Amino acid sequence: MPFDILVLSCFVYVIFLFAIAFFGERRAELGGMGFLRSPTVYTLSLSIYCTAWTFYGAVGYGARSGIEFMTIYLGPTLVFVGWWWVLRKLVHIGRQQRVTSIADLISSRYGKSNGLGVLVTLIAVVAATPYIALQLQSVTLSFAVFASDQPVGWATPIRASTALWVAGGLALFTILFGTRRLDAKEQHHGIVIAIAVEAVVKLVALVAVGSFVVWGLAGGPGAVIDRIEAVNLPGWQLQPGRWVGLIALSAAAVICLPRMFQVLVVENIDERHLARASWAFPLYLFAMCLFILPIAMVGLERMPADTNPDMMVLTLPLAHGQGALAMLAFLGGFSSATSMVIVETVALATMLSNHVVMPLWLRLRPEATQSADLRGGILLARRLSIIGVLGLGLGYYRVSGGSAALAAMGLIAFAGMAQVLPALLGGIFWRGASRVGAILGLITGFATWAWTLFLPSFGQDAVIPAQVFAHGPFGLSWLRPEALFGTAAMDPLIHSIFWSLTLNAAAFFAGSILSFPDPVERIQGAAFVNAFDAEAQGGRLGWTHGQAEPEALLNLAQRILGEEALTFFEAEARAQGKEGYLPDMTPAFLTELERRLAGSLGAATAHAMISQLFGRATVTVEDLMAVASEAAQIAEYSARLEANQTELTRTARQLREVNEKLTQLSVQKDAFLSQISHELRTPMTSIRAFSEILTEGDLPAPQVADYGRIIHEEAKRLTRLLDDLLDLSVLENGAVQLNLGLAHLGELLDRAAAVASQTRPDRAFRIERDVTVEEIYLRTDADRLVQVFINLISNARKYCEADPALLRIAIRHRAGRVTVDFIDNGRGISKENQALIFEKFARLTDQTKAGGAGLGLAICREIMANLGGTVAYLPGQRGAAFRVTLPLRLERSAA
Amino acid sequence: MAGKVLLIEDEANIAEAIRFLLTRDGCQVEVIGDGQLALQRLRGDLPDLVILDLMLPGASGLDILATLRAEPRGRAVPVLMLTAKGQERDRDAAERAGVSAFMAKPFANADMRAKVRELMGQG
Repeated sequence: MPFDILVLSCFVYVIFLFAIAFFGERRAELGGMGFLRSPTVYTLSLSIYCTAWTFYGAVGYGARSGIEFMTIYLGPTLVFVGWWWVLRKLVHIGRQQRVTSIADLISSRYGKSNGLGVLVTLIAVVAATPYIALQLQSVTLSFAVFASDQPVGWATPIRASTALWVAGGLALFTILFGTRRLDAKEQHHGIVIAIAVEAVVKLVALVAVGSFVVWGLAGGPGAVIDRIEAVNLPGWQLQPGRWVGLIALSAAAVICLPRMFQVLVVENIDERHLARASWAFPLYLFAMCLFILPIAMVGLERMPADTNPDMMVLTLPLAHGQGALAMLAFLGGFSSATSMVIVETVALATMLSNHVVMPLWLRLRPEATQSADLRGGILLARRLSIIGVLGLGLGYYRVSGGSAALAAMGLIAFAGMAQVLPALLGGIFWRGASRVGAILGLITGFATWAWTLFLPSFGQDAVIPAQVFAHGPFGLSWLRPEALFGTAAMDPLIHSIFWSLTLNAAAFFAGSILSFPDPVERIQGAAFVNAFDAEAQGGRLGWTHGQAEPEALLNLAQRILGEEALTFFEAEARAQGKEGYLPDMTPAFLTELERRLAGSLGAATAHAMISQLFGRATVTVEDLMAVASEAAQIAEYSARLEANQTELTRTARQLREVNEKLTQLSVQKDAFLSQISHELRTPMTSIRAFSEILTEGDLPAPQVADYGRIIHEEAKRLTRLLDDLLDLSVLENGAVQLNLGLAHLGELLDRAAAVASQTRPDRAFRIERDVTVEEIYLRTDADRLVQVFINLISNARKYCEADPALLRIAIRHRAGRVTVDFIDNGRGISKENQALIFEKFARLTDQTKAGGAGLGLAICREIMANLGGTVAYLPGQRGAAFRVTLPLRLERSAA
Repeated sequence: MAGKVLLIEDEANIAEAIRFLLTRDGCQVEVIGDGQLALQRLRGDLPDLVILDLMLPGASGLDILATLRAEPRGRAVPVLMLTAKGQERDRDAAERAGVSAFMAKPFANADMRAKVRELMGQG
């Protein structure tokens, strides 16, 4: 098949991918996400796990080591089927914290430490560079396969520069679709849809080649299986140790590889998509590996012994004249390589720009946060990072010469990235994990990996002298790169994985136990480990009021977030109930702002930037204490407000009551004056009228005597009224002079009854007493007490309707107090009147009958108050009943 | 001065004084000391003048006045209201109820007699 047709179709395919990516971006921008949001696209995008290494290298692996290649698929399958809850938590945290990369996740988890971010970025770049080189190599090799039967001269220069062309094209694609915009979520819909399409292409290609091999060349599946069982190559022996190690390694890789993290967590738009992926992705892997062993076996049988087994997917169809099929296989391999490189580059560029380039730039030019267009700066950093990553891959490819077998390079990269696993899993499941532990673990693991696997992979004497391989550095044989601590018998890869991860985990654990996490770490640790508890998110990170002006902050945010910033500020201001677009710098607002900035910058950079604006480098214990005490103050303040509220309500109620009382008193005073006026005018009217009549002097003598008597009577009434008023006034003011002495209760009652018996009307009235209980000596004011008794007895005499009227006086003596009840046999007093009778002038019946001014009971009440006792209506008796209660001994109070 | 006077007053001594003075002037004076009894009495034939105390047991002077004025035949009967309270408020209420004249206790006998004469159309 002509080489230029291959190049042409390659170009057409690339343009097709550009179109798809562009279409995806447009759809996403217009909001019509539709199928872009489907879990199928998500699952397909995960297939970047299957790179060119899988596509080409797995066949080579199968050819060399038989079924062992399966381990590379079994690891992810185990993770997706059995450990989906780890993935779910990872995806949840990633979305919740707006994580932009695996470096960001780890840096954010361990107290937003940029040092950790740099470390993880470094490991990722070192581990991924050979991997990118591997992809470039595979594309170059595949071109070479087609070109080899083309003696035409112009193919050679193209071949030499294939890797450069491919790298350049990929850089262009990645920059176009990877840095189109800088939004809060580091998501690239165009890229995702393009790699989903590529996932289909590579599956179709591999299945097509496999089907051709199985049915076209080998004579059906049954024959293939028989022949596979018959194979007895030394490399095809099962090695249980390697199986366990490789499965564990690939399981770790599917979580830790930057590109996997990118599609799995960062590009995830819906956590529920993981449910589909958890079964569909293993199925995809199964389909991918179904034909690998048949292709390898048939290739081994049919192809010349010097054939590169890594290229059998291409060379088998070519050798059998299937140009179109080989073309399809080529596109499948091309898809595998490009999709991996694109996503890996995006992921690494994000890490590099967020954790290395931007912090450096900000450190070199601190004024940048205040001035230049930060958005442009970030995008530029991102683009430079992309070129840098691809340049590194290309450089590595050029330097290493593409000599190493593809599978070996892939596994080395896996092992390097797996060093992140302890810090990652520890970070999301163990609150005790600390930054010191993470750093120690990562450095230890990375160093061990580099010493035992990465550096030796360049070959003896390339980096490490052969002498060190044999005897260890400085003659320390236990440090030999491939026989650490004397474990020489192990497979080099397993040896490295075992020691690097063991030492890594041990250092991580020890460092975490021995160090003390700082407050931010603790808060972040809680937020990550308890990611599913919503309440843990409440006080994720607090900020106290700093020096930054809201406007400066808005300026900053606008440079990074664009229009979104203003919308966000306005929404926050509205939520706080403020006019305009500048909200208060509350801790909640700053946390949310930081979170949004973190979407573009990474958590640590966003944190550093806001810290800088607020004039401090990190959040200290004091800050947190301040936040905590602020929260406590707010709580206390609101509690106080609440208390004040109740107090105010109470005060208001009291005021209202007092006011009502005053109003009532004022009304009572008016009524009292009006009553007094009436009570004084009434006798005065008679006196005046009759005295005028008498003055005229022409009356018969009996009438003169009559009218004279009336005048006298009314004058006495007037005097009595004035006496009562004065008495009441003195008693009410407490200015009464008490005449204390010993008095015999019986005698007092005798006196009272005698006086009361003269009360009009003269009628049948009997008093029933029990003189035996009246033998009580009281220390009191006898005259005053008698006054009360007279009042009560004469009231009964006046008002009791019963005939004959009977008043029972009952006495009880208990606990230093004496009660004297006056109970008559009348109808009693109605309930509403019971409340009135002690008021002044509250006469209930005909006043002529009463003869008094209506002050009697009011005076009684005042007297009893002065005598340290009470007089009250006693309800529940048959007739009217009053109870006088008084102390046996009245001590003279301060007087 | 001849005519029938209905004196509604619960203070016996005051009633006696007024009765004495008006009888001496030639009136026929009938005394009632209770509001309820007065209302009953006013259902019968009407006097030429009613002298009414404001504060009464049974029914207040204002009630009695209102009842009297509610009947067409009672509208023409002159009513002299006596009160010991002497407050503006009571006077206003009495005037709204249709009182013919108002007099505060205590009063000068001559004033009272003149008022009665005036109300009975013999002034």
